[in-house]
Amino acid sequence: MASLTLEKINKRFGATRVIEEVSLDIKDGEFVVFVGPSGCGKSTLLRLIAGLESITHGDLMIDGQRVNDLTPPERGIGMVFQSYALYPHMSVYDNIAFGLKLAKSEKQTVDERVRRTAKILQLDGLLDRLPKALSGGQRQRVAIGRAMAREPKILLFDEPLSNLDAALRVQTRNEIAHLHERLGSTMIYVTHDQVEAMTLADRIVVLNDGYVEQTGSPRELYEQPASRFVAGFIGSPKMNFLDVDARAEGDAGCRIQVPGIGERVLPRRLAGDSDDAPLTLGVRPEHLTPTTAAGEAGFRIVNVEYLGSEAYLYLETSNSDTLVCRSEAPSPFARGERVTLDFAPQRAHLFDHDGRALPPADVEQMSTQATIS
Amino acid sequence: MSLRTLKAVLLKIGFWLLVAVLMVYAIFPFYYAVVTSLKPSSELFEVSYWVDSVDLSNYAAVLSQPTFVAAIRNSVIVALSVVAIALLLGLTAAWALGRVRFRGRTTVMMLVLGVSMFPQVAVLSGLFEVIRTLDLYNSPGGLILSYTIFTLPFTVWILTTFMRQLPDELEEAAIVDGASPWVTLTKVFMPLLWPAMATTGLLAFIAAWNEFLFALTFTLTDSQRTVPVAIALISGGSQYELPWGPIMAASVIVTVPLVVLVVIFQRRIVSGLTAGAVKG
Repeated sequence: MASLTLEKINKRFGATRVIEEVSLDIKDGEFVVFVGPSGCGKSTLLRLIAGLESITHGDLMIDGQRVNDLTPPERGIGMVFQSYALYPHMSVYDNIAFGLKLAKSEKQTVDERVRRTAKILQLDGLLDRLPKALSGGQRQRVAIGRAMAREPKILLFDEPLSNLDAALRVQTRNEIAHLHERLGSTMIYVTHDQVEAMTLADRIVVLNDGYVEQTGSPRELYEQPASRFVAGFIGSPKMNFLDVDARAEGDAGCRIQVPGIGERVLPRRLAGDSDDAPLTLGVRPEHLTPTTAAGEAGFRIVNVEYLGSEAYLYLETSNSDTLVCRSEAPSPFARGERVTLDFAPQRAHLFDHDGRALPPADVEQMSTQATIS
Repeated sequence: MSLRTLKAVLLKIGFWLLVAVLMVYAIFPFYYAVVTSLKPSSELFEVSYWVDSVDLSNYAAVLSQPTFVAAIRNSVIVALSVVAIALLLGLTAAWALGRVRFRGRTTVMMLVLGVSMFPQVAVLSGLFEVIRTLDLYNSPGGLILSYTIFTLPFTVWILTTFMRQLPDELEEAAIVDGASPWVTLTKVFMPLLWPAMATTGLLAFIAAWNEFLFALTFTLTDSQRTVPVAIALISGGSQYELPWGPIMAASVIVTVPLVVLVVIFQRRIVSGLTAGAVKG
């Protein structure tokens, strides 16, 4: 159980900047997920916390104590690796006991802890097996058990589900969520899969190119993405982006002209100098409502994806982009038909040319300035 | 159809003929040594390829010589020490060269390889001076030192190659578990490197067991000789007689340990020699 503080953490490999000024407060017992595309530095950040890489600049604190120069066991962390990295020549028991033995625990304590860990992870009957005689899911649990056995203050997971097949992934995801509830320990989890991030996290940290793009609960990230990057990354299928022109409309927000959909007033505040600047409208597929179009109006349906509980329509725009919108299943629309789209203005997002989200119109002028700058 | 069957049969016969030729080529010298060693000296110069009656007098003659028994003991001591030292140094060097990133790593690897290219004769006189200075002349220590110099390069190379193939995450898992580099090496990596260690250890053993030039140069007295030199120096009743029987018997005696070792470690060697080729 521990809180973790990152203060302006930087990491360079030679001249390459991998992590830039990352500051973060992780509370005791929190489940935090680092998410981002490959190469965004999420795994490196986790390895910095683990102590497998050295921090170039900045301070890493666990429970208020600076731990930059401590070894992983001294920091009190446990880690689950992507490839599990079980010791192939040791039985499940020895794999779990290895760290405890190295910590010079009493033989009886070791045995007790191993058996308790195995019980929690339902590995009781497998203690004598070698890793090669285990299924992928079982290996995964042994890897978690090995990380848990020393009762670390913080548990780290490096893309632990990426080697499992889809069905097992959902099951193990649930097990990890359950484990977090049961152990109540601080957990940090790295993944490139936004579904894993959304389902597991108390708080998600979206990383892009070594920077923190946004930190927040899954709901915050979904409903109020701070940037076009976050908006595009969270949610599946991806948010639709359309280039629009905007005009300030006083307290109501701004009026935009959406090609193929029409004029809408969005409750978003334009920055003073961006009156004529090109903006990007972002609407999620689930917030677009299709209706059958008359004649040549609207968009042509190029594909219909039937998923059982819902269907997704893929629409062709005039400049040959693709829009995605959700419809009920079975879908009343067929390929080749035309539909018009509508959306609720308060559900839509506007992004400026730097990709920053425009703030809601009812926010005070002062804080608006602060957010944008 | 029948023509095709005939062709298949002929090809099969040809294949086994080739195998037979290869076997005879490889085994005949050793076979002839065994046959010769089992003949009494009176029949030695009759050419025959079969043993009619087993006569162990040559073996008895060799084993009753105290110098030959001493030579076997010396060889065992020297070869085992060389294997132990080469594996210990090779393993630790392979750790550094295979797992630790440092400037000049490739240069060190190339130097190690370069050292192994010198012919023995080229370093003989220099090594002789070293051994004299260290006061190791005419003792097993001198041989252990000089053999280790020649077995280390390939030991380091083979073990480094294997060490590099072990996944990084395994080492990191050990670090997170609180293992020091030495514990990681001995408790995690060594068990996984057994095939490689069996292979390199055996190669080192064979090299040390069969070595002749250094053994001849760096020893003086019968009590310090190793087996290859002892065999070469077996002499007959007069200077005109070369005692082929005892020489062959001695050769067979010293070859047996190698054959036994290879048979014991055969499976490990095969997996060791091929493990680098295919991932898995």
